[in-house]
Amino acid sequence: MSDHALVRLEGVTKGFVKGQESIAIFKALDLAIPTGDFVAVMGPSGSGKTTLLNLLGGIDHVDAGAITVAGQRIDGLSENALARYRAANVGFVFQFYNLMPMLTAAQNVELPLLLTPLKKAQRRTHVETALAVVGLADRAKHYPREMSGGQQQRVAIARAIVSDPKILLCDEPTGDLDRATADEILGVLQTLNRELGKTIVMVTHDPAAARYAKRTLHLDKGQFFEKDLAA
Amino acid sequence: MRPFLLQVAAVTLINLKSIPQRFWLSLSTVVAVALVVMVLLTFLAMSYGFQKTLSGTGAADVAIALRGGAAAEINSAVTRDQVRLIEEGPGIDRGADGRPLTSAELYLVVDGVKRSTGTKANLPLRGVGRDGANVRKGITIQAGRMFAPGSNEVVVGKSLASEFAGFDLGQTVKLGTSQWTVVGVFTADGGVFESEIWADAPAVQSLFKRENYFQTVRARLESPAALASLKQYVESDPRLKLDVKTEQDFYAEQSGQTTDLIQKLGWPLAIAMAFGALAGALNTMYSSVAARAVEIATLRAIGFGGTPAFIGTLVESLLLSVIGGIIGAVATWLIFDGFTTSTLGASFTQVVFSFHLSPALVLQGVGLALVVGLVGGLFPAIRAARQPIVAGLAG
Ligand SMILES: Nc1ncnc2c1ncn2[C@@H]1O[C@H](COP(=O)(O)OP(=O)(O)O)[C@@H](O)[C@H]1O
Ligand SMILES: [Mg+2]
Repeated sequence: MSDHALVRLEGVTKGFVKGQESIAIFKALDLAIPTGDFVAVMGPSGSGKTTLLNLLGGIDHVDAGAITVAGQRIDGLSENALARYRAANVGFVFQFYNLMPMLTAAQNVELPLLLTPLKKAQRRTHVETALAVVGLADRAKHYPREMSGGQQQRVAIARAIVSDPKILLCDEPTGDLDRATADEILGVLQTLNRELGKTIVMVTHDPAAARYAKRTLHLDKGQFFEKDLAA
Repeated sequence: MRPFLLQVAAVTLINLKSIPQRFWLSLSTVVAVALVVMVLLTFLAMSYGFQKTLSGTGAADVAIALRGGAAAEINSAVTRDQVRLIEEGPGIDRGADGRPLTSAELYLVVDGVKRSTGTKANLPLRGVGRDGANVRKGITIQAGRMFAPGSNEVVVGKSLASEFAGFDLGQTVKLGTSQWTVVGVFTADGGVFESEIWADAPAVQSLFKRENYFQTVRARLESPAALASLKQYVESDPRLKLDVKTEQDFYAEQSGQTTDLIQKLGWPLAIAMAFGALAGALNTMYSSVAARAVEIATLRAIGFGGTPAFIGTLVESLLLSVIGGIIGAVATWLIFDGFTTSTLGASFTQVVFSFHLSPALVLQGVGLALVVGLVGGLFPAIRAARQPIVAGLAG
């Protein structure tokens, strides 16, 4: 909540037009996320959790207000500048993993590195490291269909961290997993946060998942309500 | 630049590797393009083969005289007096006996039956003078012998003998109202004469009641340059209202009309079919983009640009259509190259010729396939590049 905030939303307004109706999702929303934070975002379905991640990730646009990430204003950037911003700063983790089914685990993890000037050998080292971090060093040559949901999500996490982005945006990363597997994945995220200092924003429905985060934000009717772990 | 190329390569690889998911749809595009290319190349091969046969006929040092304005031999008429005047003209080569090498010829249409279909066809019967075979180079008796002057004997071109029934060596055929015996089969360097029946001109004149009339006069020139003096001689004599040109030019003009016609049929038909294939290609590629919407959006979220998504889609489309084009070209080549048939030439008689594919024609076919792939991929590729990421991720 200081000037050192990695992410800062100021007066963000966002709505959608659906046919004749226009729905306001956020009205003058403010938020600050410091470097190294692990924020769980909870809230009813349709409250705008995914929209929040999309705005932070630079794949959706605010109607008004400012979003600053790592000192850079990203609202109002061109599509190309946003693509560069995403490549350099953002790692996405999705509920359904979104791996390329025709590529191996290693090839999937390598994708973000294709946007960097790294040479093939360097890319391979980075891929091996990322897979090792999520505990899948031995699965590099496997295809997504040969892996369990939990393993696929680990590959997706490896892909999200391989280019060392400043922030991980996870949209219900355990929404499709059973309890035990979910706990493993959440453990991986917690380790990334605690040991590698990754800043994580994680949307979840699951209070048990939120407990892995440092703090939880409740989003409802376009506003945040912060609750600490004890609440 | 290097990361950009890597992005393009990655997206293209993802596209191509996902083709098996749309195997039947992709295959249908390949087949549609292959059919278009086959139709086009079949027509072009026909046209080219016909052109080759006609342009292979006639030499630059053989002159032909026709009635002024006659485009085809069948429409021409030359009197015996005119023949005599031509024989006295300048620039004409002479035989061993010192007489000018000329041949006054009749060109008549007789009935024949196509071996392959059993249908009736018009065949050309050429009455040639004593020097008919000597005026032209390349006339060779392949089997049997030359007809005897004044007799009811014919020699037949090799192509005619194989395509039409009843012209085997020794057989008797009815031409007009009289019976003729086939005594020889000749070749003519693959030219049109191989589709003709040749007989002695006086015998044809009397049996077809055409005394005193011919259709053309052929004359062997001392050299191709001698045409000019013969032409001048004919033009300066009011009794000779004849056109003089080289036999080579004459047959080139004849091929022009028919090959034009074949091409004017072939291209529109192929283009009409190409629109059908284009609809198929668009459908396939829109399906491809829709099927990969999540993947494209995920790549974009990772930071990939829209341009690689555009190029990847276009490459997939081009690849499918080029494969179709190559299959079409190979199939046409296997089925039709060297395929022999006959068609009506300028004199409404059958000309036997073979389909012939050349590299230039194959290029035209593959070019058409590329156009189908390019247009069929363009709009889906634009959609792939422009699709909002959020919508794509939402599935
Ligand atoms: N692209 C869109 N067009 C129209 N409405 C949208 C779009 N994206 C989201 N919405 C609407 O915005 C609201 C918030 O959506 P979302 O951020 O996905 O909610 P959550 O993730 O909290 O369930 C929902 O009512 C949803 O229907
Ligand atoms: Mg959501």
